[in-house]
Amino acid sequence: MRALNIVTGVAAPMMLANVDTDVITPMQRLVNLHNADLGKWAFEPLRFVSTPPLGQEDEGERVENPEFVLNQPTWRNAPILLAGPNFGCGSSRETAVWALDQMGFRVVIAASFGDIFEANCFQNGVLPIRLPNEQVEQFAALARQVPTEGQQFQVDLEQCMITAPDGDKQKFEVDSWQREALLSGRDAIEQTLTRAGAIKSWQAKDMEQRPWVWKAI
Amino acid sequence: MSTKTLFDKLWDSHVIEHLGGAQYLLHVDRHLLHDGSGPGALRDLGRRGLPVHNPELTFATPDHFASSAPGRDDNSTRHGARLIPKLRELCARNDITNFDLNDEGFGIVHVIGPESGLTLPGLMIVCGDSHTCTHGAFGALAFGIGSSEVMHVLATQTLVANRPQTMRIKLNGSLPKGCYSKDIALALIAKLGTGAGSGFAIEYAGDTISELSMESRLTLCNLTVELGAKTGVIAPDKTTLDWCASRLPGEHLAALSNACDELVSDADAVFDIEHEFDVFKLAPQITWGTSPEHSIDVARSTPDPADAPDAQTTKAWQEALEYQGLKQSSPIMGTPIDHVFIGSCTNSRLSDLRAAAAIARQGKVDKDVEAWVVPGSMAVLRAAEAEGLDEIFKAAGFQWRLPGCSRCVAMNGEIVAPGKRCISTSNRNFVGRQGPGARTHLASPATAAACALSGAIADPREYGVSE
Repeated sequence: MRALNIVTGVAAPMMLANVDTDVITPMQRLVNLHNADLGKWAFEPLRFVSTPPLGQEDEGERVENPEFVLNQPTWRNAPILLAGPNFGCGSSRETAVWALDQMGFRVVIAASFGDIFEANCFQNGVLPIRLPNEQVEQFAALARQVPTEGQQFQVDLEQCMITAPDGDKQKFEVDSWQREALLSGRDAIEQTLTRAGAIKSWQAKDMEQRPWVWKAI
Repeated sequence: MSTKTLFDKLWDSHVIEHLGGAQYLLHVDRHLLHDGSGPGALRDLGRRGLPVHNPELTFATPDHFASSAPGRDDNSTRHGARLIPKLRELCARNDITNFDLNDEGFGIVHVIGPESGLTLPGLMIVCGDSHTCTHGAFGALAFGIGSSEVMHVLATQTLVANRPQTMRIKLNGSLPKGCYSKDIALALIAKLGTGAGSGFAIEYAGDTISELSMESRLTLCNLTVELGAKTGVIAPDKTTLDWCASRLPGEHLAALSNACDELVSDADAVFDIEHEFDVFKLAPQITWGTSPEHSIDVARSTPDPADAPDAQTTKAWQEALEYQGLKQSSPIMGTPIDHVFIGSCTNSRLSDLRAAAAIARQGKVDKDVEAWVVPGSMAVLRAAEAEGLDEIFKAAGFQWRLPGCSRCVAMNGEIVAPGKRCISTSNRNFVGRQGPGARTHLASPATAAACALSGAIADPREYGVSE
């Protein structure tokens, strides 16, 4: 996994509540796309006013909705997403995180996240940060001021600190296990396989205590 | 003496190691794969040169890409033609039991788990599908995971997971006429909001629960993820053990029954949040908008966005009404519909089909409506056919189709056309869920059947139904 330490850049304010993973990567489109094209098609229902029919992704034009925040020149390459509460709710599809990653997002800040989406972020080197919605709204208001150099946000995972464009500092919390995983970019499976002995002895004991678990159908 | 909730007991009994903070290494007792989550993860695992850690605890079924058309095979859907054989091949190579397309054990993963006896109280169950929380109805610890986590479970039979806080929802009283556990869930989500459960595991308790059948409990727990919660659990009781009795070898049943005695929240257990909900006041529900929380009594009107609690919600309601092609502050009953879909891991079990058939037998599907019944599994299909439900549906003008996820997620191409309106017994009415521009209204099977006959959004109580 790619490591993450300090992320500096503009923050895109997309403060809609309950943005679901079906909106981030709609399923009927998703199944026709190569994984590498997920970012290009992300947020299709919000981002485009017209798109080619299903199955004809390579033909026809996608017409952008100029109103949509992520289509505005200021935010096109933003590495930080400021989102409304319950961002990434719904389906477990990890493509939602892959799509955000391909769009260049390394950090998503919201009051709450879909549980599986949040776990998927950590699997892909994207940092989800939970802060009270009022704080995220405050950041969004700052972000909407025309950004110039020096008006960037900085997210420092080592220090668990966000520095806003106005210099304000805001601490955030992230579990130490996940923080270390992101800082080091270590592989989750390799990490767990170092505990192979503990897994084996847990299973051996369990086979005696709960034999019905191990006699499935 | 520490006291524990049911969820605490389930969690603690699966901890291999506390990794610090809220992170735990948990043992997985059942890993369920499907044609969406399985092929890629098994392929990538092979590429890394890693074996499946416990193939005997891993089970698969190609439910997502299966066509529901009579006479279907692998090649009936564009992506199924590739993924269904791939899942078959990878399961064979890795000694994983695959409930293959058209086998008698085939069905939607969250339907066949319980019906085959794979789902049992006290088990830790994961699947690369957000509706895995369904299995919590048995007093199991069950939740959905992402595709990287699927590979982690395949490689290690464990999961690194974040321990949620606990919430209890007490449900009071009996279900009124025309109401089902689907209506409880939708009304709860409308009351609490789709984000209310974020960071929580929910226990459903109260006197309503003891009256609910196993299948009704599965529907309730299925929709827990639409409250934003990690999972929803119900303490196992006689109803649960009766279900397990016919599905578990006798020598294990007594031991399981003893283990179930512990699977209850201690009397003085403390929950981080408690809610109560009066089920006896419930009316049949239908969603009007594009989130499961956009649910109202079917006899009510759509909301006025000006009444929303804040400006952001006003905007969300306006957009939802516009997407759905509905007027604000207008009765939702009588809105013409194009499709009815009775199916999905939420509502495709035998009792669901019985409730819908009790209404279907009273008339004919409206001439402008295309109505589908997609049983949840081959076992449900056979049981329904044995009691003649298929004949009732067909005589009324419903299509009697073959099991699978079908039009709930429409990965198999069974989409609803742009602008068309579908009454669906599934779980999500998100923008584009059933196809780009499709308009979805979530409801119970009884309400869906009533709508099919009426050709418009209708109240199932007008068909004299009862639970």
